[in-house]
Amino acid sequence: MNTRVLTWLVAVPAVVIGLGLLFQLLSLVEPSLYFTWAYYLEVLIGGTLQGVMYSLVALGFVLIFKASSVFNFAQGSMVLFAALTMVGMIEWGLHWTLAFLITAGVMVVLALVIERVVLRPLVNQPHIILFMATIGIFYFLDGLGQTLWGSDVKQLDIGIPRTPIFILESVFEGGILVNQFDIVAAAIGGILVLVLAIFFQKTRIGRALRAVADDHQAALSVGIPLKTIWAIVWSVAGFVALVTGVIWGSKLGVQFTLALIALKALPVLILGGLTSIPGAIVGGLIIGAGEQVAEVFLSTFIGSAIQDWFAYVLAMLFLLVRPQGLFGEKIIERV
Amino acid sequence: MLYREAGQFKSDYVSDQAIFPILQDRIGVILIFLFALLVVPFIASNYMLSSILVPFLVFSIAAIGLNILTGYCGQVSLGTGGFMACGAFFTFKLTTAMPELNILLVFLLAGFGTALVGIAFGLPSLRIKGFYLAIATLAAQFFLIWMFTQNPWWTNHSAAGVITAPPRALFGDFYITGIRATPLNKYIFLLCFTALLALVAKNLVRSALGRAWMAIRDMDIAAEIIGIRPLAAKLSAFAVSSFFIGISGAVWAFMYTASVEALAFEVTRSFQVLFMIIIGGLGSILGSFLGAAFIVLLPIMLSNLPAMVGLRLPVDLVAHLEFMIFGALIVFFLIVEPHGLARLWQIGKEKLRRWPFPY
Repeated sequence: MNTRVLTWLVAVPAVVIGLGLLFQLLSLVEPSLYFTWAYYLEVLIGGTLQGVMYSLVALGFVLIFKASSVFNFAQGSMVLFAALTMVGMIEWGLHWTLAFLITAGVMVVLALVIERVVLRPLVNQPHIILFMATIGIFYFLDGLGQTLWGSDVKQLDIGIPRTPIFILESVFEGGILVNQFDIVAAAIGGILVLVLAIFFQKTRIGRALRAVADDHQAALSVGIPLKTIWAIVWSVAGFVALVTGVIWGSKLGVQFTLALIALKALPVLILGGLTSIPGAIVGGLIIGAGEQVAEVFLSTFIGSAIQDWFAYVLAMLFLLVRPQGLFGEKIIERV
Repeated sequence: MLYREAGQFKSDYVSDQAIFPILQDRIGVILIFLFALLVVPFIASNYMLSSILVPFLVFSIAAIGLNILTGYCGQVSLGTGGFMACGAFFTFKLTTAMPELNILLVFLLAGFGTALVGIAFGLPSLRIKGFYLAIATLAAQFFLIWMFTQNPWWTNHSAAGVITAPPRALFGDFYITGIRATPLNKYIFLLCFTALLALVAKNLVRSALGRAWMAIRDMDIAAEIIGIRPLAAKLSAFAVSSFFIGISGAVWAFMYTASVEALAFEVTRSFQVLFMIIIGGLGSILGSFLGAAFIVLLPIMLSNLPAMVGLRLPVDLVAHLEFMIFGALIVFFLIVEPHGLARLWQIGKEKLRRWPFPY
């Protein structure tokens, strides 16, 4: 076990307990603030499970950014598009597994089209231009999805249980309330990450992907076809978008606001580091837990609805200390 | 044949460094301004004035502001909407607290206030760059909008959260905000104001300060080595940019929509202005105008086009198609001309100079 993991193992409980003590202190000063350790843990766990969802969106960003240095703003609208397509298929009467497979196919086709029509003509353009192009894709997909499938809020139900359950009843009085749906979602997210990790570490394509991520020119010179790799990466990102869309869609309903969760993934990204898959996951958990805890325990002092901006400010303050994010590669600049 | 600078010799530095060194350009710009000032008011309908020309001018100011920051200084910002909201709410607070203060002065003061906010949110730019900075400016966007919606103090404790702009006159009976302001008054004022601001911006980017910004944009480390202080350059870019954006937010709320509400300045507004400068041309004042015109006109064109050719489409379908066409056009533009409309205009000028013998 290396020192880094050890640091995390010490730091995370320390921060959690420290914040808990801080809030307990605050609740003594300000009686209107309700604080018990069970409640604090409940909020924390709820937030962390919510954070898994952010991680999933962030994962799609990181995959593309690592392989092609494109900051894919359209990830959010890919999520919406995938969810809309799948719901549309289900409405046609298909079983959801079949709909899922067909939608996965659609996302692959979409990835190929994006690669061919948008990315290839823009090779060697500055990053900001590519970023803008993905915003163009964002608008296009938003319009396309809603033109094809309509803009009503749709229900997506694939049979994930929703009843809340109590855990740790022996430790705390009354136990801790956890939503079963969130646990299943987190499990799906975990499986997805595991599959991706195996894909990246063990397969031939995965090795090629990592080579491209490491150094485009070196990868080209050992005979890795860059264009194919890009298409694969966008397909994988499309698949991740589909899984995200299914989970978010069955939680919140499939609607236009799904596309805007992409914005929530941005602070996750910079917190974790733009180039790191573990960073995306840990960043998502931190942002999810942090904003829940802040919303519940700080809103008495600052005002409600701080969820809107808390993640961004947290990420920004963090960047001031560590500009490359938690797990990002150290930024080295040369003239 | 007409557009040729042959024979126009420059014999001193002043004429060499003029904004429009070519005589035809000078005449052209003056003619366009006079046309807009003297002819347009007589031929344009009220609809044309209040829902095309006024938003065009308002967006032009915002685009100039963002272009200074992003196009000239290279700091990508997604906080434009937040800064526009600052300008709008500062103006509202100032003009309700001191009704006797001239509205023009209030606009400028609100601009200065926004500049201070811009400096505060520009501080991270000293540590973080590129995409990281773009996301950090989103913090400004969301935080500012949250502040204006959460605190009833900003809306003078109005119950609805939406407030109409109070009537204010520039001088005498020349009302430019509120119910007594005619679209014509608004247009005339905005035209002169925008022209003035554009002139200020153009001169700023030609100055030592502007050159410092461009050096930072091209490579900040190299700029630092040749003696440009990144702190001063970046923060001044944030300040000047926020000043313009704040003013545009103020005139947006007071002269275009005539109501002050934070919802008008959501993050989509930031993207809209960013599109303007990308499509118009990064690092070009002319491009800011062209981009603003493009983005303002495009939705109007798109929603009127099907009706013109006799097609009757449902409203929501038109809205979605608009999104699609908008997105496709952005991608198309970036592929065909990443340097924007301003570059197309330059190419056109080159062609014009050689016309009719292009060899």
